[in-house]
Amino acid sequence: MQISIKINGKMHTHDIEPRISLAQYLRETLNLTGTHIGCDTSGCGACTVHVDGAAVKACTLLAVQVDGCEIKTIEGMANGKDMHPIQEAFKENHGLQCGFCTPGMVMTAADILKNNPNPSEEEIRHGLEGNFCRCTGYHNIVKSIQHAAKTINS
Amino acid sequence: METYIGKSVKRREDNRFLKGAGKYTDDIKLHGMTQAAFVRSPYAHAKVLSVDISAAENAEGVVAVYTGSDACGAFGVPCGWQVDFKDGETMREPLHPLLAKDKINHLGEAVAIVIAETLELARDAVELVTVNYEVLPAVTDPKKAMEPGAPKVHEQWGDNAAFDWCIGNDRAEVEAALAGAHHVTEMEFKNHRVAPNAIEPRSYISDYDVNADKWTLYTSTQNPHLVRLLMCAFALGIPEHKVRVVSYDVGGGFGSKIYHYTEEALLTWASKEIGRPIKWTSDRTEAFLTDAHGRDHVVHSKMGFDKDGKIVAHLTDEYCAMGAYLSTFAPAVPTYLHGTLFQGVYTTPLIHLNVVAPFTHTVAVDAYRGAGRPEATYLLERIVSKAAREMNMDPTELRLKNFIAPFNGTTEPGYQTQVALQYDSGNYHGVLKRALEMLGYEDFRKEQGEARKNGKLLGVGFSTYIEGCGIAPSAVVGALGARAGLYEVGHVRVQPTGKVSVFTGAHSHGQGHETVFAQFVADKLGIPMDDVDIIHGDTDQVAFGMGTYGSRSLAVGGSAIIKSIEKVLEKGAKIAAHKLEAAEEDLEYAEGKWTVKGTDKSISFGDVSLTAYVPHDYPEGVEPGLDFSSFYDPTNFTYPFGTHIAVVEVCPDTGKVTLKRFVACDDVGNVMNPMIVDGQIHGGVVQGVGQALLEEVVYDGEGQMITGSYMDYAMPRADDFPMIETDRQVTPCPHNPLGVKGAGEAGAIGSTPAVVNAVVDALAHLGITDIQMPVTPQRVWKAMQN
Repeated sequence: MQISIKINGKMHTHDIEPRISLAQYLRETLNLTGTHIGCDTSGCGACTVHVDGAAVKACTLLAVQVDGCEIKTIEGMANGKDMHPIQEAFKENHGLQCGFCTPGMVMTAADILKNNPNPSEEEIRHGLEGNFCRCTGYHNIVKSIQHAAKTINS
Repeated sequence: METYIGKSVKRREDNRFLKGAGKYTDDIKLHGMTQAAFVRSPYAHAKVLSVDISAAENAEGVVAVYTGSDACGAFGVPCGWQVDFKDGETMREPLHPLLAKDKINHLGEAVAIVIAETLELARDAVELVTVNYEVLPAVTDPKKAMEPGAPKVHEQWGDNAAFDWCIGNDRAEVEAALAGAHHVTEMEFKNHRVAPNAIEPRSYISDYDVNADKWTLYTSTQNPHLVRLLMCAFALGIPEHKVRVVSYDVGGGFGSKIYHYTEEALLTWASKEIGRPIKWTSDRTEAFLTDAHGRDHVVHSKMGFDKDGKIVAHLTDEYCAMGAYLSTFAPAVPTYLHGTLFQGVYTTPLIHLNVVAPFTHTVAVDAYRGAGRPEATYLLERIVSKAAREMNMDPTELRLKNFIAPFNGTTEPGYQTQVALQYDSGNYHGVLKRALEMLGYEDFRKEQGEARKNGKLLGVGFSTYIEGCGIAPSAVVGALGARAGLYEVGHVRVQPTGKVSVFTGAHSHGQGHETVFAQFVADKLGIPMDDVDIIHGDTDQVAFGMGTYGSRSLAVGGSAIIKSIEKVLEKGAKIAAHKLEAAEEDLEYAEGKWTVKGTDKSISFGDVSLTAYVPHDYPEGVEPGLDFSSFYDPTNFTYPFGTHIAVVEVCPDTGKVTLKRFVACDDVGNVMNPMIVDGQIHGGVVQGVGQALLEEVVYDGEGQMITGSYMDYAMPRADDFPMIETDRQVTPCPHNPLGVKGAGEAGAIGSTPAVVNAVVDALAHLGITDIQMPVTPQRVWKAMQN
């Protein structure tokens, strides 16, 4: 099937098998390997991207389902050399270790802050419930998002 | 001049990770690369009657299909430790085949590999392979595996034992002391099986270059050189110098990526057969079924006390599962990484541990964050807390009565345990005192009393742990059954311009070596951090190495780099002395230059480096170049320690346990980067608490795994935790140059018993004296109903 998708501001048109997930399409066809696959079942959140501005898990969405949509991946978060304030906050607060869950965490964090610019710790933790991190114990991820909220709001 | 040691320098590796530009194995694409998928057994124990691959071989896009009947079926992956039976019988070591041929010994064991043009086509063809099985009864529990009549994993031996083992004092002596003790506390429990769950699943690409007759194996390993050695010398019998093993970015390991897995060797064999690169990436269910698991000990323990509460003896019997085959480090985990920690932080004069390690119809059990030490700590810290309650003593008071007195390991000697090891330095009182201050213990007990009056169930639990890290002195581990040395290699290459490339055999999969190692190298050389690059994870670049596990990277790998820096500075001084026309002994090195003492005559590190590579005006008898490699073999393990305190609230209606506070005061020796040490503690604590409250791998009676996905296996989530309160004390390691002890596993080792002790503390007034972990709402609710 032919699909046309705007990804990180650029239009892409491809003829793909209907069974290909959005995550596979991003990784294999477009070489956007920042979107990671940790489970294939929406469990871990490493594949989180934005579809029309909302965080979704790309491993359980077919690429053909997002035909005509606008997608943002981790590769689209920085503005050239300048990292997004959320990315900066993760670096500043050691909100990542092995880096594998990190793209999904950053995309989810952006979604949390978009819908709630001043989240409480509890709201951040609730918002992260669909993203697993095995390295950080979430502590510094929560701090990173609190830090990012302050930067974005100031 | 800016210095870096001890500062929370932000990580340089974060830039690529945060932009999605990390290079994990599955991100790599090679020209002509094929994709593999496996036919895996849906049974835990079965005879393979027939395998029909004809339909798969002829399916669209299929390049090759191999089974155990092909040449690869004769190969198996080796075990890296040998622990023989107490009576002298050699450890029973079955072939761990790359593909099962006649018999299946655990769920998910591979029967065939399908290699196709795309992953989808490989998976399609897997569906076309027909395997006929004769299903056999299975045994998954290590204690049941040793019962008479238990289904046998390997028919060639009389029972399921892989080995048995004991450590400590004479058993009869320990039993006699227990018989004469004023009080004996007894416990029986299971330290249950958990899955490591690195978020990056295992991933491998093998690329055979027919013209060069060389392989490149890209692998998500913690341990590239050991994988190469085991695969070349023991699994496949191919020349080691013809194989390059590369592990760029690795998405977490926690032990599960130390080992040499069958898929690595099989892909390497098959890529030569088909003459094309092959990629395989595990999916999550395959990870649950085939990654080595952790823990799985069945424990029966007795601890005796005198009338003052001093421990007089400790006797434990354990059944520790090995799984179907012996994984790389598996025999070391319930023995030398476990029994050697039975002294804990206590002066216990008599200790005996007996271990029976059976094969079970499950995937292998091997080192998982802490590896044997969490199991030792769980037992000691639970039984000491239980004893305190039985003797009507405060759990901190009983601990303080039995603590080993502080010792620095330099002017005061190390502490000789009853279980082989000698602790390097320790101050167990210090961390407990500080942790109690952080908690506000007296206030907590008042709050607990008030809460109880209002029907709220609050509890506090303690864990005063010690661990053995910095693995390990080669001669010691060799005597204990290791089939490899456990030194590390550090290579410092000073470039002509004075920029420095450091090659380390340690491997970073989240620990931040690229930053931390650069911090101390820059300080020791007195140059900016930006002038130092850290290279790891490539056997063609790094001379050799033993990888990263056992909190060893800084203590062992860092020390090897220090040795090379010393050689660089020693040679540099000769060149500097020549250029400055001074005697070497008149020079001092600081802030990146050699200065003639008492003068302003100096020469910079960069100028000396350039001279070393452009040796026109050069000292006689000195070789050009400034490039040194060193092996560092530690003289002892390191012994980090700490106190962890958990505060929980139990819901009286549902039994749900909520972690309200977690206080950790750790002593990991000198600290290079506090931000990174704190991060290691946070992550470890959450993994340890995960085992206490949430996680468990469950096999049913037939050996089916009923926790094989993230819908079924309860991973710790962000909203299961409060912020973790950390502090530290510093008792330097006396026997390595940086004075570091290691921080990677402390959190996972200390936290688990603190949480379960807290749950028991919350419920003790209801008559509950013990509870099996994971402490799920169901378990707590049931206990409360009784």
